[in-house]
Formats: sequence, structure tokens, C-alpha cells
Amino acid sequence: MVELMCWEAIRRAHDEEMTNDPLVICMGEDIGVAGGTYKATNGLYDKYGPERVIDTPISENGYTGLGIGASFLGVRPIIEIMSVNFAWLAMDQLFNSAAKVRYMSGGQLTAPVVVRSAGGAAHQLGAQHSARMEKVFMGIAGLRVVTPSNPRQAYGMLKSAVRCNDPVFINEHELMYNMKGEVPDEEYFHPLEGSEVVREGRDVTLFGYNISVHWCVQAAATLSKQFGIEAEVVDLFALSPLDRAGIVASVRKTHRVVIAEEAEPVVGVGAEVMAIINEECFFELDAAPVRVSAVNAPVAYNHTLEKAAIPNAGDVVAAVRKMFGK
Amino acid sequence: MNLADKKRLLREMLFARRFEERCYEAYVERKIGGFLHLYSGEEACAHGVLEAAKKGQDYVITSYRDHVHAIKCGADPKKVMAELYAKETGSSKGRGGSMHIFDVEHHFMGGYALVGGPFPLAAGMAKAIKMKGDDDIVICFLGDAANNQGTFHESLNMAKLWDLPVLYVCENNLYGIGTRIDRSTAVIDQYKRVSGYNIPSTQEDGQDVEKVFKAAKQAVDHVRSGKGPYFLELMTYRYRGHSMSDSNAYRSKDEERMWSNRDPIIMLRDRLIEAGELTRADYKAMDTEVLDEIEDEVIAFAESSPEPRVDELQKYTLAENDPWVFGGGR
Ligand SMILES: Cc1ncc(C[n+]2csc(CCOP(=O)(O)OP(=O)(O)O)c2C)c(N)n1
Ligand SMILES: [Mg+2]
Repeated sequence: MVELMCWEAIRRAHDEEMTNDPLVICMGEDIGVAGGTYKATNGLYDKYGPERVIDTPISENGYTGLGIGASFLGVRPIIEIMSVNFAWLAMDQLFNSAAKVRYMSGGQLTAPVVVRSAGGAAHQLGAQHSARMEKVFMGIAGLRVVTPSNPRQAYGMLKSAVRCNDPVFINEHELMYNMKGEVPDEEYFHPLEGSEVVREGRDVTLFGYNISVHWCVQAAATLSKQFGIEAEVVDLFALSPLDRAGIVASVRKTHRVVIAEEAEPVVGVGAEVMAIINEECFFELDAAPVRVSAVNAPVAYNHTLEKAAIPNAGDVVAAVRKMFGK
Repeated sequence: MNLADKKRLLREMLFARRFEERCYEAYVERKIGGFLHLYSGEEACAHGVLEAAKKGQDYVITSYRDHVHAIKCGADPKKVMAELYAKETGSSKGRGGSMHIFDVEHHFMGGYALVGGPFPLAAGMAKAIKMKGDDDIVICFLGDAANNQGTFHESLNMAKLWDLPVLYVCENNLYGIGTRIDRSTAVIDQYKRVSGYNIPSTQEDGQDVEKVFKAAKQAVDHVRSGKGPYFLELMTYRYRGHSMSDSNAYRSKDEERMWSNRDPIIMLRDRLIEAGELTRADYKAMDTEVLDEIEDEVIAFAESSPEPRVDELQKYTLAENDPWVFGGGR
């Protein structure tokens, strides 16, 4: 094992995959000469050259479509969209072309592109730089959506996504690029479906993904120490398709559920997890499931307002305490 | 182009016309559903351009008005018609429909329904060709109104920036559905719009297949020689409404008459007759043969084919049993 920061892990995945296959390329704004906004492609321009490490114009829909077209003929593009807020502009190509081409061609053509993008609320970036958009991507059939919560996942998911024959959207987090964690020394391919039990527990399941996994882990420690509640933490690293079996297995064990999401609650991950529980194992529940979500408003610039809008570990603890009447 | 080529092209264009007319009938009979966009009147564009390309080798992509391009690339008309009939034997197994004909084996990379959608896809395929060092090119056919999409500008910029081997063909039929070009577009001559991207371009009569062929040959040679993209504007006209649901009430009879006097098939036919290379009887026989083929083979195949199975509804949504989904294992 080596300890890497998320950006280093992502960079290593790029490097290995580009060495492994000359048709793997990466493209995006400022990723080449400048090394990438979050350094995820740092040094690759010098190593692989401008044909494979492509600084694109600020044309999100255009270069995403270009990557998709290249993938039709065997190229494996890793497309970086600087911020998910800008990914809105690429949704036409991502949804209308990449996600649907396999289906509407009767399986003749596929678009094996990877689109990576940084989402989440960071520090006072304002309404147009703080979107959490995973809910939008996971609603589209034909597109895989994964979201890493640590460097190991960030590394292994990108490697699997490059080789997978489906279009994959990787939802990263602006605040997590400098987060450290252990990554295997040897090559590692993380699954693109499933979930991970991060902490075993018997009293309540805390479902999280990406940054909210960390709130859940922190909350679980507090709940155990101060309130004697043993929470199980499940990392939903795959948002589409969601791990129905994994969700059900944990609910069958704990019978209580809190879902933590950084996004607004409407039509979100929490809503979807609740729906799955209703459909699959409603009678296993001992209490109504609860969502811990962002306030349904654009994110404010003001620090206090921003903090109040986005949930944290304390909110998860509070939700569990309320559920247990403690 | 020699005489045999001209006669073959005449037959191909006539086949395309009769195919589209038969689609019209089948739509009225409700055998074909959804949106149906016919190409009648514009045949010289696809035929002239693709005659100048390497058939089955160069990559072709276009909009929803795609049947004729697919067939000219080598798609089996039976499979195209079966697709329109929504059958399992259709080119997209009944999942695509009229607007999404694909024949990847013949490098027909699809019809796409979002206006302007194929612009960047074409540039991307050209990027792949360039990376692999092949000498194929990509030909992207789109309408005049598509040039008002952002993808037009974004793609032309990138295609020139990286000198990608892509030929953009603008089939300028003067309308985007019911809106005439001068009511939607500040610059009427589309070939002039690309000069801002330093891309060479020409405008040509899209009704004369020989002129189209000549202009396309030059354009194709330019792109294949590694000089980067080219933009070819072809002036043409569609005879039918935009799609079957279009009343076509926005065009004057005079205008329609003027264009039907410049019918691409009749123009080539008459030229061959005048030169003494074809008789009216030959043409009649050709037409009968084409009509019979469409009825006895194409329609018969589509009619008798099975529908897709409902239990395969989700097939083709994602790759099946892709090992990388499970981290390379299983
Ligand atoms: C993005 C998008 N906007 C609008 C439409 C509806 N629409 C379909 S075709 C069309 C007109 C396109 O005209 P043109 O590009 O000139 O092609 P033509 O149909 O004339 O061949 C419109 C507005 C669409 N399919 N996609
Ligand atoms: Mg038009």
C-alpha cells in the first residue's frame, strides 16, 4: 500500500491506462500544458504529447461529443469537465448520444467514454460553482455513474471505467482531491457496480456516497461513543445502477435507515434509496427512513448561509438520535 | 464518371426516390410510425458526394433524414425498411426507427435526431482515424438550419484547430421545418460562415449529381490529403413536408414548381437520353424493375419479419457481462 492523495491516485490511473493502451487519451480544459485544475493529469502532456493529452477549447458539449465520436472507433477518451456546473452544457452529447447510441443502434455501436467531473459545494464558490448533479446523471438509462469516496476508489474506478464498454460518469468532489488514503501498490480495478460496508453495525444503516460517506463514518463514531448506537455505514459508490441487493442486505440487518446526501433532497439519491427499500423490504423497517440532505436553495456565497445549506456529520448524528429518541 | 457509372447512379437515385415514396404509403397505411423524414428531391446530394468517397470505408454520419445515405453506404434496403416497420430484422433491431438507421459494418455511423448532434461526433471519429494513422475520412451530412447550433461552431473550430479529416456537407434545402433560411439565419450563404474558422468551402448546385460529384471529389481529396476539414454547401430542395406530420403550407406553389423542374433524377435521365445513351423505354424498364424490387423484396421482407421480443426490452441498454464492471473479475 502507498498513501496517495485523490488527485495523485487519479493521475496514476490515467498514466497506467495511457501506458497500457495507446488509444487511451485524455481531454479537457487546461489539462495539458497547465496540468489540470486539480492536477489530475499533471505531467502527462510531457509524457504522452498533445495528440493524447488534449487541451480543449471551452466547448463542453463540443469536446464531449468529439470524445464520444472518437470512442465509436475504438479510442478510449477520459474527458475531464472542470466542474459539474459546466457539465450541464455537455448533457446533450452525454445523454442523447453516448447513453443512447448502443440502444438505438440495436447494439451495433457503443460509446466507451469516461467523463470525470468535480462537483459539490466547496468554499464560498457561489451558486454557479456549487452544484451537486449526481441525481441528474443517475436518471439516464445507458449511462453508468460512480462516485469515489477515497483515493483507492478514485484510482480503481477510473481504471475500470476506461476499460468498460459503457459510457461512465465519474462524480468527483472539489474538496476531496487532497484527501489522503491508501492505494494498493499493484494495479487495482474497482468495481463499477455494488456498494461497500465501511463499518459494520447492528442498530441503524447510514447510507452515504462520495463526501457524505465521511460524515457517516464520523457520525457512527460519535453515536457509538456517546449514545451506544452501533451504526453500519454503507458506501454507495455506484449510483447507477444502484446496488439494490446491498441496500436490502443492510436494511435486513439493522431495520433502520438514514441516508446522507450533499445534494438537495428532491428527486435525489436518498429518494431513490427509499423507493428501493419500499419496493424490496418495507416490512423489515422498524422506523421510517430519514434523509439528511441539503436545503433546497441555490448555494449562497455567504459562509454562514453556505454552511447552513449543506449537511455534515452533526446532522447525521442528530437524525439518528431523533430516530432513537436519544 | 463514365457512362456505366452514370446509369448506375440514375438507378440508385431512382431506387432511393421510389423507396421513399413507398415509405410515404406505408406511413399512411400506419405500417410505419413515429417521425418520418423523406429525402425526395435531395437525392443528388448523398449520391454525388458518396460516389466520390470510398464506399464502406469512409465513415458517414447524418441527421434523422437518413435512409438514403444508409443505403448508398451499402446498407441493405430490406433491413432499412424492416427498421421502419419496427421489426427485429431491422438495421437497429426495431429499437431505432426511421431517424436512427445504423449500419456500422458499412461504416454508416448513424442517423441522429438532435439537430446539430453529429457535428462533434464526426470530428471525434476523424480524431480517431488520425490517431490510428488511417487514410479514411469522415463525411457528415447535415441541414442548413443545423448550422445555427453551437455544435456547428464548436466542432468547426476543433476540426480546424487539430486539422481533422472530416468533410462537412451542408444540404441546404432552404428550410428548417417551416422556417425559411432568411428568417432564421443572418448569413444566407452557408459556405461563407466557415471562413471564420479558416476552413475552405464551396457552394454547389445540389440538384446536378455530376456537379456534386465533381465538387465532392475535390473536397474529399482535400480532406484525405491531410489538409484538414472542408465544408461543402449543396443547394437543394425537399419535395415533401419536413416530416409526415408537416402540412407544408409555408411554401409557395411557384417555388415548389421551380424546384421540381430541377429534379435530380429527371435532369440526369434527360441528359443521358439527349446524349443517346438511354431511351425512354430503358428508363421505364428501369423504373418497373426498381418498383418490383421494392415491392417483392424490400416490402415483403419487412412485412414478414418478426417484431422484437418484449422480454428483450432492456437489451442494448448497457454492455452485457462486461468484466470491468466487476473490477476485471467474474
Ligand atoms: C436540438 C433540436 N432542436 C429542435 C429539433 C426539432 N427539429 C427537427 S428537424 C428541425 C429542422 C432542421 O432543419 P435542417 O437542419 O435544415 O435540416 P432539414 O430537416 O431541412 O434536412 C427541427 C427544428 C430537434 N430535432 N433537435
Ligand atoms: Mg433544411
